[in-house]
Amino acid sequence: MSIVLETKNLSKAFGGLKATDNVSFQLQAGARHALIGPNGAGKTTFVNLLSGVLQASSGSIFLDGQDITKWSVRRRAISGLARTFQINQLFVDLTPLQTLMIAIAERESSGGHLLRPVGSRADHVEESVELLTRLGLSDVMTQRVGSLPYGRQRLLEIAVALAARPRVLLLDEPAAGVPESERGQILDVVDALPKDVALVLIEHDMDLVFRFAKSISVLVNGALFMEGTPSQIANDPRVRQVYLGEEAIAHV
Amino acid sequence: MSTSELTHDMQKTLLKGARWQWPEILFWLALASLYLLFPSKLSLLSEILILGLLALSIDLVLGFAGVVTLGQGAFFGLGAYTAALMGKWGMGTAPLSDPLIGLVCAALVSGLVGFATSFLVLRGSDLTRLMVTLGVALMIEELANKLKWLTGGSDGLQGVLIAPILGNWDFDIFGKVSFVYCYVVVFVMFVIARQFMKAPFGLSLQAIKGNALRARAIGLPVNERLVMVYTIAAMMAGVAGALLAQTTQFASLDMVAFHRSADGLLILIFGGAGYLYGGLIGAFVFRVMQDVLGNITPQYWQFWLGIVLLLLVLFVRGGLLGLLRNMRDRYAPNLMGPPSSSGSA
Repeated sequence: MSIVLETKNLSKAFGGLKATDNVSFQLQAGARHALIGPNGAGKTTFVNLLSGVLQASSGSIFLDGQDITKWSVRRRAISGLARTFQINQLFVDLTPLQTLMIAIAERESSGGHLLRPVGSRADHVEESVELLTRLGLSDVMTQRVGSLPYGRQRLLEIAVALAARPRVLLLDEPAAGVPESERGQILDVVDALPKDVALVLIEHDMDLVFRFAKSISVLVNGALFMEGTPSQIANDPRVRQVYLGEEAIAHV
Repeated sequence: MSTSELTHDMQKTLLKGARWQWPEILFWLALASLYLLFPSKLSLLSEILILGLLALSIDLVLGFAGVVTLGQGAFFGLGAYTAALMGKWGMGTAPLSDPLIGLVCAALVSGLVGFATSFLVLRGSDLTRLMVTLGVALMIEELANKLKWLTGGSDGLQGVLIAPILGNWDFDIFGKVSFVYCYVVVFVMFVIARQFMKAPFGLSLQAIKGNALRARAIGLPVNERLVMVYTIAAMMAGVAGALLAQTTQFASLDMVAFHRSADGLLILIFGGAGYLYGGLIGAFVFRVMQDVLGNITPQYWQFWLGIVLLLLVLFVRGGLLGLLRNMRDRYAPNLMGPPSSSGSA
């Protein structure tokens, strides 16, 4: 197995606070990896460092062996590193269809074209429709994104990221804030994500983590506390102590 | 429904927005008919078209890309002075005094300055952008004042002579040729703007306006697109300024003054930002109101204008066109298909 994403001694300090502390982490191609940790462990900071929203204080990040530490968000995105956001970051005044048309056009470097109207590329429309259908959004393709129920917006978050055809996908709490009735759909979608995409799931929800992950990293106070298989993590007394409640363990 | 049928439907839905709709065609026909209906008001009508083009240029930057600007008047003034100076130096003969060459040069000068200053608006919040665009505009205004040998300073630029259009149509004192000239140029500019905004470029601007963080995360080159739209808008404002200078055969500090930017912004908000037509409709209502209110209360017309503006901004999102859209969505939702998502500022 090859390593697609790697960090070496990655750190981020906000003033005196070390939000990410010397994290060395490797992600295999096609991995199903979960990143867990108590509140304030620095999970989202870590994702922001990986995706380039934040710049590292020290250490480095490699994508396919290439040093991307100084790269912009955009350059990382077009090199195959996609992410979703914990809080929806969508184009609320556009439609899901338009959203995917934009993402696909940017992937194909035709997003700046001036003359032919949006929709003249039948292949782009077809891909958008297919992706939206796959994620169960085919009935709301032309509705305003801002008017969609929260759960559907969470699905669109994933769809936009997938439209870039990433090799690494960072899912920042995909089920966060989704009502119980709509959660099943999100779990199914996460299960059905393409096998060749390496996934990093940041999640509080232990159901989702243990159902989905083949390997787990535990972050505590910004540092990597432990790595292992789900059963190793679930049965480790130290992890139990810092993070997991007895209740969560019972599911494994 | 199968995927291929659905794809076909969705493609039709997407392309529908780019096709010319009958209200649009009616709008341009109605605008043209004013030539016959109000032959004594042609210079006012020309001015409305010019203001509308200025507001359209603001619409591209603000209505589509979401960048607040108070500096568009500077590009308007640059275009005006460029066209006026060429007219003066050419002494009424082509090529320098040729109106079309003047328009192209005005667009180039304004576009160049727009491009150079666009990098200043890439960073920062709305407030920063407002101040930066205002600052650039004030500098250009002051330059026009100080370079008296070139611009005539506060006396204005006298002796501007414009050659006949295409060597054939001379500008007449009734403003007939001026109106037709403005109409054709504004229409061509509008068609270009419309094409750009219906293309992936325009949609990507709306994405930037909607959420720049997400736009970057899908690999959209946000800064590149903003530089591009700011430059295009500067060129359009330059053409608008050139039209005013050529049709009045004069350029003055008033054309590069701050109130141009403010008027343009006000007109756009009035008409509705993000619809392309907001600028022209806003300019029409603004100038007609100014005329009518000015006749009733010559000193206080701005008071009533202010009240109308307040009511529009507080109670109707999206100006006059937003009001129309709300009414259409309420009373005749199927008249023109689903509500467009182009949104409002």
